Amino acid sequence: MRIPLSALVGMVFTGAFFLAAILAPLIAPYGMAEIVGGVWDPASGAHLLGTDAIGRDLLTRMIYGGQTTIFVASAATILSFTLGSVLGFSAAVAGGWVDQGLSRLVDLVMAIPALILALVILSVLPVTLTVLILVMGLLDATRVFRLARAVAVDITVMDYVEAARLRGEGWGWIIFREILPNALSPLVAELGLRFIFAVLFISTLSFLGLGVQPPLADWGGIVKENASGLVYGIPAALIPAFAIAALAISVNLVADWVLSRTTSLKGGRG
Amino acid sequence: MADTLLDIRNLRIEATSYPPGEPPRDVVLVDDVSVSVDKGRVLGLIGESGAGKSTIGLSSMAYGRGGVRLTGGTIALNGRDIRLADAKALRALRGREVTYVAQSAAAAFNPAIPLMDQVIETSLLHKVMTRAEAEARAILLFRKLGLPNPERFGKRYPHQVSGGQLQRAMTAMALCPKPDLVIFDEPTTALDVTTQIEVLAAIKEAIRDTGVAALYITHDLAVVAQVADDILVLRHGKRVEYGSTAQIITAPAEPYTQALVSVRSLDHVEKSDAPAVLQIQNVTARYQGTSFDVLKNITLDLPAGQTLAVVGESGSGKSTLARVITGLLPPGQGQIRFAGRNLAPDLAARSRDDLREVQMIYQMADTAMNPRQTVGTIIGRPLEFYFGLKGEAKRARVQELLDQIEMGKGFIDRYPAELSGGQKQRVCIARALAAKPRLIICDEVTSALDPLVADGILKLLLDLQAAEGVAYLFITHDLATVRAIADRIAVMYRGEVRRYGSKTDVLAPPYDAYTELLLSSVPDMKLGWLEGVLDSRKMAAAGH
Amino acid sequence: MHPVLTLVVQRVALGFLLLLAVSAVIFLGVAALPGDTAQAILGQSATPQALANLRAEMGLDQPPLTRYFNWLGGVLTGDLGTSISNGTDIATAIGQRLGNTLFLAFWAAVISVPLAILLGLVAARYNGRWPDKLISGVTLSTISLPEFVVGYLVLYFLAVKWQLFPSVAMVFPGMGLMERLNAVILPVIVLVLVVLAHMMRMTRAAILNVMQSAYIETAELKGLSPMKVIWRHAFPNAIAPVVNVVMLNLAYLVVGVVVVEVVFVYPGMGQYLVDHVAKRDLPVVQAVGLIFAAVYIGLNILADVISILANPRLRHPK
Repeated sequence: MRIPLSALVGMVFTGAFFLAAILAPLIAPYGMAEIVGGVWDPASGAHLLGTDAIGRDLLTRMIYGGQTTIFVASAATILSFTLGSVLGFSAAVAGGWVDQGLSRLVDLVMAIPALILALVILSVLPVTLTVLILVMGLLDATRVFRLARAVAVDITVMDYVEAARLRGEGWGWIIFREILPNALSPLVAELGLRFIFAVLFISTLSFLGLGVQPPLADWGGIVKENASGLVYGIPAALIPAFAIAALAISVNLVADWVLSRTTSLKGGRG
Repeated sequence: MADTLLDIRNLRIEATSYPPGEPPRDVVLVDDVSVSVDKGRVLGLIGESGAGKSTIGLSSMAYGRGGVRLTGGTIALNGRDIRLADAKALRALRGREVTYVAQSAAAAFNPAIPLMDQVIETSLLHKVMTRAEAEARAILLFRKLGLPNPERFGKRYPHQVSGGQLQRAMTAMALCPKPDLVIFDEPTTALDVTTQIEVLAAIKEAIRDTGVAALYITHDLAVVAQVADDILVLRHGKRVEYGSTAQIITAPAEPYTQALVSVRSLDHVEKSDAPAVLQIQNVTARYQGTSFDVLKNITLDLPAGQTLAVVGESGSGKSTLARVITGLLPPGQGQIRFAGRNLAPDLAARSRDDLREVQMIYQMADTAMNPRQTVGTIIGRPLEFYFGLKGEAKRARVQELLDQIEMGKGFIDRYPAELSGGQKQRVCIARALAAKPRLIICDEVTSALDPLVADGILKLLLDLQAAEGVAYLFITHDLATVRAIADRIAVMYRGEVRRYGSKTDVLAPPYDAYTELLLSSVPDMKLGWLEGVLDSRKMAAAGH
Repeated sequence: MHPVLTLVVQRVALGFLLLLAVSAVIFLGVAALPGDTAQAILGQSATPQALANLRAEMGLDQPPLTRYFNWLGGVLTGDLGTSISNGTDIATAIGQRLGNTLFLAFWAAVISVPLAILLGLVAARYNGRWPDKLISGVTLSTISLPEFVVGYLVLYFLAVKWQLFPSVAMVFPGMGLMERLNAVILPVIVLVLVVLAHMMRMTRAAILNVMQSAYIETAELKGLSPMKVIWRHAFPNAIAPVVNVVMLNLAYLVVGVVVVEVVFVYPGMGQYLVDHVAKRDLPVVQAVGLIFAAVYIGLNILADVISILANPRLRHPK
């Protein structure tokens, strides 16, 4: 199978971002909180991206920031995805009051804009990485729930699921052998979208000063730290902004390709 | 001298297909087809799905659906070639010289606009007549087509009238601008048989009265025989045979046409009585949250190793009956007895043997098989589940079953998407057979298939019954299928059994009113059948 | 009563019920979380006696349900309580800011809605050809950008590099309309960019969906020109989905406005909310959160009501 250029580019960039995040301590030229230069020094041989608002190496900050952003977003995505799809499938297969109860609860949470609800919650809870991951994961699980339930409901009305029930098959066979293989491709594509959403969400929270707390910083936080330089024409804040966009777009390109590839597998919907 | 209206020569039509994961490729839909229609004549286009009949029909308006391209030959309409005409010229002829009646009028009417405005739209657009004249003509056509309350009919919206009425309204819409040619694209296929005959008669009369020429597209030879003067038989986009209706029906020259003509002649001699394997006793059922019974006090017996055909139109409750027997819908009252024992009303309470011995085959084989499982898994699962077969033993038995359904080697590792429609249905039969059932419920198993393929499935089912002694509860709306396979027949109407007995008893007079209507509505592959039925109905009505 | 009216009344009633439930989530849900307002105000070193006194003063010693109904009663009569951090009346503080935020959102909507529908129509009309691809490509990248990134890009280039507009959106009472508009021009541009992409993509999808209907083919086969097909046959059926799209995206604006106000230091509700989350000023956060949620729910109800009204099956029952 040929991989289209767009997906290849997306994979290379996504891979590079993740690799840099994992290898952060090895490749970062300086210490994360180490002050090594003047305020907003321009790019030079010693500081490839210059220095930040208090003289730390910006490249180092970017590498560690990427690590934080990617870690928090990945953890939140895994949480939202596992919780949302397990509950979504259960609601679809069980039906009745289980389905009604879960669906109404999700409707209620989704009636409040996610950012607003997150802000309300974060005004009470201590802002730590664990709390951020939990809040983001739980709020986003509602969206995964909706999708997983809708996909599973579409499949449970198929005659082949009815045939399995008439045969006397148990829940295990029906969920894992009849429903799951057919629900996989939309869910995998959704995984990418949920990850992007988590990246944007944590960046926004940190930018507002309500996400990752200093001295740790993620990309959104680095934008905030350097934003005041913009009015003096110092573009340091645009570098992490650009990184956020690049990560989001790369993952998007890969997700698109995964969706088109999995549906065209043998036995796909063709 | 005949006055030629439409003259298609060496027509070639292509489209680009986009198989997922593969490079796009061009496919030929219609290859070297020539045909002509004279003024005031009706040409029938007949063939199976994929024969290219709709594509050819639309080409007479130089219209290609989706990415379809008219790549070769000439399409002469009123003496000029329109195949490569520009958009403006095409707009001038569409809706003026040629109009179109779609299979699903329910989808083809705009839901947001009252019927009258849609019916007269072309007449006004092409300035054929004034609004007042067009409305008067529309009302005249509504009346001619037997629509209720013709003066007020046009004020209604599409969703406010029935399917049969919409199909007639669409015919009125096509006839209103006084076109030279009307394309009827399977106009009665989606309708129940008793509605079909009314719409068919209305269309035929309207064609005769207006003197318009028509292309009548259908897969049903018996239907087209009633309205067409000439018939063109198509297969895989190629011309098979062309001749007068009388010649095609009575003396077909090509083997394929002969097969089409004889397709409904399959007959099955009913078996003598035997002890019942299935007894449905006073069953009443309704769906949760509704307040009326879908089944009303049904009592039926099915003798072991025989076939009970349950016949009815949409809404008769015949599919609900299957759901009650399988335990998907527990009955409100009554009892299902199977092989001398009571079946639990709810599926969950039935023993594994009860489940095994009652199997089901569905109308749409496509949705009845998991697209992510191979044929081997699909057929092998009941073997493993009921009999504990594994590995080589299972595979050998699956192959045995594949041989039994006449599919042979090479299919066991394929996915459903790689099978044809008939093969899919055969795999579903094999899956049912794998459980060694005593009863198989067949829910419209041949209605989604082309006639010749359906015929093959019916023959297979009869052979399997003879070999395995399995009983069938055969649910269908098609009386020809009933003649081919049934030992007993139950006629259902609005949740009740109207007539029940052995095939010879049920199909012999005296009839009750509904059975009479149903039986007489099934098209017969004879010239003049439609007139005959309508005349006898008129006489009967006058006699009362 | 006409069945459509019944449906509309039902939908609106359901909306109020939802709003009530949301108010309970914002108040009671938060009360159930670990965390102590009194502790937050007095800090870790506070004596137990001081904590108890403050709790009694704020009514925190009462059961949550009682406090919820007191709060709800206050909200319904326009009393949003007092801020913990500075002791001011919340309703008074919000008044001016709500006006500022609505001013911003209004102009963003006025510009983005017609533009999005126009671009959506163009993209749908040239489906798969270069205008469609160009529009889709540009919008795909804007969707991948968080609002604050768009904000700083616009600020850096339009205000700092090219000096076209003021970089800080200062508004104050007594400002003239033109001055005010000049002040908010950058935040409005950012909001338009943020909402436009989503709105345009969904409009395009809604119109393409309608254009694939069988009745559009019928219209083409009648010999209607492409513009007449769209205007007479597609448009009446596209109203409902497009209006729905517009409303959903205006609701999305509610979130965008929070971030954009912070970027441009604009004295609106969003800025007010973010400041007080940082100060852990719960009464303010709950009041502002409820207002945002109410606007969001209101727009969603409006979208549903318009869909109901535009549906011919419901307007003309059998």
